[in-house]
Amino acid sequence: MTDAVLTHSDSRMGALPGWRVAALVAGVVAVALAISWIVPGGWDYPTQAIIPFAEWISAFMQWLKATFTWLTRGLADLVNIPLQLAIGFLAKGYRIYLTEGFITLPRFSWVGVCAVAAFVGYRFGGLKLALLSGLSFLAIALFRQWDSAMLTLALILVCVPICVATGLLVGIWGYLNPKANRVLIMPALDLLQTIPTFAYLIPMLLLFGNSPVSALLATGLFATPPMVRATVLGLSKVPQDIKDFADMAGCTRRQKLWRVLVPSAKPSLMLGVNQVIMLALNMVIISSMIGAGGLGYDVLLALRALKVGQAMEAGLAIVVLAIVLDRVSQAAAQQRPEQDAMQKPWFQRHASLIAILAVLLVTTLASLGLPAFGKVPNEITFTTAPAWKAAVDWVTVNYFDVIEAVRITFLLYVLNPLRAFFEGLPWLGVVLLLAFAAWRLGGIWLAVIVALLTAFCATTGLWVQTMATLYLCGVAALIAAAIGIPIGVWASRSDRVEKVVTPFIDTLQTIPSFCFIIPVVMLFRVGDVTALIATVAFAVVPAIRYTNHGIRQVPHELIEAGTAAGCTKRQLFWRVQLPVAMPEIMLGLNQTILLSLSMIVICAMIGTRDLGQEVFKALSKADSGKGLVAGLAIAFIGIIADRLITAWVDRLKAKRGLA
Amino acid sequence: MTDVKRPVKLSCRNLWKVFGAGAEEFMRRSNGAASAQALSEARLIGAVRQASIDVHEGEIFIVMGLSGSGKSTLLRCLSRLIEPTYGDVNFDGRDFLKASDTELIEIRRRKMGMVFQHFALLPHLTVLENVGFPLSVQGVPKTELKKRAQAVIDLVGLKGREHHYPRELSGGQQQRVGIARSLAVEPEIWFLDEPFSALDPLIRREMQSELMRLQNVLKKTIVFITHDFDEAIKLADRIAIMKDGEIIQIGAPEELVLNPATDYVAEFTRDVNRAKVMSAQSLMRASAAGGQHAGKVDAKAKVETFAAAIVGANLPFAVTDGNGRLLGEVTPQAVIDLLAGRHVKQAQP
Repeated sequence: MTDAVLTHSDSRMGALPGWRVAALVAGVVAVALAISWIVPGGWDYPTQAIIPFAEWISAFMQWLKATFTWLTRGLADLVNIPLQLAIGFLAKGYRIYLTEGFITLPRFSWVGVCAVAAFVGYRFGGLKLALLSGLSFLAIALFRQWDSAMLTLALILVCVPICVATGLLVGIWGYLNPKANRVLIMPALDLLQTIPTFAYLIPMLLLFGNSPVSALLATGLFATPPMVRATVLGLSKVPQDIKDFADMAGCTRRQKLWRVLVPSAKPSLMLGVNQVIMLALNMVIISSMIGAGGLGYDVLLALRALKVGQAMEAGLAIVVLAIVLDRVSQAAAQQRPEQDAMQKPWFQRHASLIAILAVLLVTTLASLGLPAFGKVPNEITFTTAPAWKAAVDWVTVNYFDVIEAVRITFLLYVLNPLRAFFEGLPWLGVVLLLAFAAWRLGGIWLAVIVALLTAFCATTGLWVQTMATLYLCGVAALIAAAIGIPIGVWASRSDRVEKVVTPFIDTLQTIPSFCFIIPVVMLFRVGDVTALIATVAFAVVPAIRYTNHGIRQVPHELIEAGTAAGCTKRQLFWRVQLPVAMPEIMLGLNQTILLSLSMIVICAMIGTRDLGQEVFKALSKADSGKGLVAGLAIAFIGIIADRLITAWVDRLKAKRGLA
Repeated sequence: MTDVKRPVKLSCRNLWKVFGAGAEEFMRRSNGAASAQALSEARLIGAVRQASIDVHEGEIFIVMGLSGSGKSTLLRCLSRLIEPTYGDVNFDGRDFLKASDTELIEIRRRKMGMVFQHFALLPHLTVLENVGFPLSVQGVPKTELKKRAQAVIDLVGLKGREHHYPRELSGGQQQRVGIARSLAVEPEIWFLDEPFSALDPLIRREMQSELMRLQNVLKKTIVFITHDFDEAIKLADRIAIMKDGEIIQIGAPEELVLNPATDYVAEFTRDVNRAKVMSAQSLMRASAAGGQHAGKVDAKAKVETFAAAIVGANLPFAVTDGNGRLLGEVTPQAVIDLLAGRHVKQAQP
């Protein structure tokens, strides 16, 4: 059915000349506008017809809370045990309660933790990684960020194993039960990954209160999906021969799963673990709003008090931590078992673990006698906060006029008119137009889904905010693509440029979204322009990466064929490389849009007026209904954009015979 | 075969594997007999159609066909890696398709071994652990497992590589591990699914000889899948040729060469070196009374083993059976005709 529609419309589209396509689009737009005008309430959604989803959800959450207090409390207590252990050992010291009073076990000495960081780096990635890891931890200590950083690290250390185990189990279920996977798991993952991070916090706050446990669970929900995907993908990719072998060896189902499939899928699984770690870090920072504490909380406090230097320092500590975690976990993923390892006695096989424990034990015992081991001594720490502040002051004093002029011009002549245009669009017309586009690209079902999701945004009374989000996200994605695609093209045509660009975008991608806001706020203060700049910086990476990759993977024979046909370099690019790389570039654009959306939402913290702001306001009032509805509306924007672009890419690929 | 009939180890009768919606229902309704046309009208794909084979104990039975002929599907039906749509499979005189899941696991653990085209070694285990894996899933104790795994590793000539990982071995070595692993449980029937197809030609030939050497020691019942007719000729006791899901001929290499059932088979046999395939008895004619013989050959001796001698002697050789009884004679002219590729008239055995 869909196939028939697709090929049919395809051939029709292909036959139409350009001006007729333009006329067709103009006609459809005119019809949609006319319908919105004629149908009563088709332009502005009537307030009295708003469907009270928010109230229903709030009522449901209240009921949930009242009915399952025993469950939420039990869960909280259960999760709290490892959490308190980790926080105790890394950050605060662990209290053991006795019949009378308590004794406090000292936390691990910072000297020991730095040494262990270096050692782990060495074990997985040699001297270079050892230096990176050890020095990074040392820097965190010397810049007075140790306590907060360890709190953040403790949360991650507890969260990651839980996410990995949950993701693995759900992924296995999805692999074994393709129907459940298609109908239940994958849509749930799509939703979980497009709902903005803030929206997770609200129900957690409501059910578990303002505590590290809430933060941990919100983080878990956010960080588990890539593990599920990696597991399903990894298990499906195990070669059929190996699956057959497991059967022929007479494995029971359990043996086949745990002794053959899971170990064979390990490389994919480890990539999933790396993603879990990075997402967990990202989310732990954001969860600081509901009591996670740690570095994110420091940034939040500093931003609220406009303490530029402190915010920058804590932000940098997050970046450093992120880079270390990323590089070490990637190196660990590439580890292969050592030859002859099984021949050695157990204490040799576990030598690393024993060494780590010994180092921690010795340095921590030493900290009982030497205070310098317990707490980073003030004499050797220093702060860069004044320097940052001075730099910002200097820029402000000298260039305030220029920056302000740019900001205001952009705002007045570009952003505000665009915003007004978007916010004035009729809801019914947009629903019809998007549905029409979906029908042409992917058939009737896509059209129905897109229409329903778009209508949701209007019927919940959030149309203006939805359009505001669309405008910010659209402008940001457009700018990111306009910057990213040319850079990607440039990188694809020169190995030297690629060598410079790659580590740069790798680092950019490692940095948690929250940290992009800090430097921009310092220069441009709060508002739409700041949000746009931070979002573009965050979302530009996939545009560069996919463009570069897409052009580079154009088959060599095609280029040779083009050259042999006498193409100039310019013709080769425009007529061979670019068309073949187009689907890949579109995928990059898709990623850019999704990243823009997630970042725009976080920018609610710096005063944008859109759906993100609705979620943010709901968070401060712990209003789960409003928060979730606005969150869903954001998720739906992401899902619509993703589905439309994917359908378009599939069509492109089918046309070129690449599918 | 002229051998004393050995008992049948594995057989199938009117076996079908049909893909498509409602395949089982369709086959039941048509009582296990459907034409290719009827299948395509029902929008079904017959990957294996009315296959019937008997694999005797201790023989190498080769299923040969080009890609898409259904040979791998047939093997997977025989081992129940996929369930046949229709028909019977008998293993050890029992209805194999009726075996329950637990019985199936038990049979595979004790009686079956399989070698795969792409080796299917577990990347996270060493050679020793890979070879010991089938024993380990049965719960064989560690020391015994090590001993038995080591024994088969020695047998396939991989001594000294026990603690290597698969990625550290060459393709040929990896397949030796695959072979050792399939032999570790001392299976009664040995499935080899294009075991040498992924190897370079030189290594392939070496592995074929290795297989023959092993078979001389082990005398397993073997079902061997290949797309390489020369490989089939070289290794097989009997060959089944498949095309489009059907078996079009089953016979010893010599029979296929002498009496190809269809043009398709003849196409394969055309370039075969006949001196390697044909035996003295197929060139034999009745011995002229009192005729002179320059030598004596066994009825089953391949022509290439005595071709030089008989042409040099320029006199007929006597052909004798296993007990030395005179059956007939082979003339030098017949051998020369054969070597020159002239049409060979089939002689009466």
